[in-house]
Amino acid sequence: MVAVAPPEHRIAGDRDHLGRAACLGLLLLLVFFALLSLGQGPSGVSAPQVLADWLAGREVATVDQVVMLNIRLPRLLTGMLVGASLAVSGAVMQGLFRNPLADPGLLGVSSGASLGAIASIVLGGLLPPAIAGIFGWYLVPVAAFAGSWIAMVVLYGIATRHGRTSVATMLLAGIALAAMIAAVAGLIIYYANDAQLRDLTFWGLGSLAGSSWTKLSAAAPIILLSLAAMPMLARGLNGLALGEATAAHVGIRVQRTKAIAILATAGATGASVAVSGGIGFVGIVVPHLLRLVIGPDHRWLLINSALLGATVLIAADIISRLVVAPAELPIGIITAMFGGPFFMWVLLSNRRVLDA
Amino acid sequence: MNLTARNLHVILGSHPVLHGVDLTAMAGRLTAIIGPNGSGKTTLLRALTGELRPAVGSVTLNGQDMARLQPETLARRRAVLPQQSALSFPFTVAEILRIGLIAHACDDVEARALIRAALAKVDLPEHSGRFYQELSGGEQQRVQLARALIQVWQPVGDQGPRWLLLDEPVSSLDIAHQLTVMRLAKNYARAGGGVIAVMHDLNLTAMFADHVLLMQQGRASAEGPTETVLTDRLLSQAYGCDLRIRHAPGDGVWLLPQGAVV
Repeated sequence: MVAVAPPEHRIAGDRDHLGRAACLGLLLLLVFFALLSLGQGPSGVSAPQVLADWLAGREVATVDQVVMLNIRLPRLLTGMLVGASLAVSGAVMQGLFRNPLADPGLLGVSSGASLGAIASIVLGGLLPPAIAGIFGWYLVPVAAFAGSWIAMVVLYGIATRHGRTSVATMLLAGIALAAMIAAVAGLIIYYANDAQLRDLTFWGLGSLAGSSWTKLSAAAPIILLSLAAMPMLARGLNGLALGEATAAHVGIRVQRTKAIAILATAGATGASVAVSGGIGFVGIVVPHLLRLVIGPDHRWLLINSALLGATVLIAADIISRLVVAPAELPIGIITAMFGGPFFMWVLLSNRRVLDA
Repeated sequence: MNLTARNLHVILGSHPVLHGVDLTAMAGRLTAIIGPNGSGKTTLLRALTGELRPAVGSVTLNGQDMARLQPETLARRRAVLPQQSALSFPFTVAEILRIGLIAHACDDVEARALIRAALAKVDLPEHSGRFYQELSGGEQQRVQLARALIQVWQPVGDQGPRWLLLDEPVSSLDIAHQLTVMRLAKNYARAGGGVIAVMHDLNLTAMFADHVLLMQQGRASAEGPTETVLTDRLLSQAYGCDLRIRHAPGDGVWLLPQGAVV
């Protein structure tokens, strides 16, 4: 159990106990939805049954084993990693830009990742076999990471001058960036052959349906490395909330914090887009909800964003498989359906800041 | 032990702002930087904090070159109250103060005690649970001061005296809190710490400063004990209007705009 200090020892305004309680609660919720997700699917294999048989040492039918291990488990793990990545990327970007509206999907960072992925699918064949051989399955996630990193660096360079970020410049630069990237991506797709177009279509659906151990093992190292860097950022982002000058005064290495934040966001977003296509709004909804409950302290916000992001994406994936069962909807449709109105609400409640 | 600037030249953009400023601030004293608008007071303070790199010249803190100190090390030796602070997320007052402890390894119990004590010192004992963005300008300024104070809580540490660098610490405050804050700064210096404050109010400077640097057009036009700098001639020349110093009953000086000859 996580110890929660008795109220008389706390001081008002200290929300550490909420952060801790949220961690615990979200962990339980994540486990619950993970089990639900494992039990969900058109084949009708029952997760509790398989698990019980397994633990009891009984023989598990080969079909059940294949369904569990090769279809549902990689899909679940991919969903968890992608959800955690998108939510934490959102939280880190918001901290870096000091603005609750920053999001990889909105500001062209995901588009940069898509461009990288599209370019690697279409133009990857042009690489000398020796180089393509080195990257192998990693080519798509690495290219997506490079694309989102470049987009992130350009965006930050345009939107932030002398340590200050203008909201209007940030949003407009993001829109312009996304449009330019879409144009280049369109140009590349124009030159794609039929086989490549088929690959692109499947990839671009924004879905976890194509999850496999191969794809997961290509993206997971980049995602896990990026997520592992996030705790190093918590105190730095807290300091940055008071402005760059004050952050430096309280002992933050500002340039290093920004460089790690940009790299980690690009890595997590890029690799997620590479395996799942475009899944929007998780990065804006999850951190915003959490800030309302546990406050903006990044020591708790980042870890809780990872947990809630993973949970939300798994839940959305379950819904996407239920509404038109036995077929399924691309998960991006579900997240956009819930996330779009939510984003509107965030916009309206931030009007004062935006109109300034 | 002191904080020294030697021949500081600072260029902002393409505009030279400081033209070779020297300053020696001693620990145990309250040093005030005064001067008219645009004379380079804030720029000088920003150079003293390490925020601005001088084009020429150097700043040493307790004998060490400031440019060579790591941010964490520096943060444990000096704290800064900026003139303006923006905050981007809804932090509570307690959480803001906690940010002042980033460079310190202190446990929750210590942190809570420090936060309580610092808020009491700036006369906001019941405000730890309030949202920073919902406070008045003066209250926000005192929260920021508490955040800086907590960072260098003991005026003297293992590495010598600690420093408080304050940019117009009383600019948004009512008269009672102006006195609270100036006394706090003065007591910090009396306890062995160093205080450098950019001051707008010459009467408060006269009351509290031990040492004054008078800035004029990016240069130090005078530096010395308070009574040697706050003189009719020096102030009138620097501020470009006729000012008369009066002597208060007891010791000390004061001046009012009405003292100026119209």
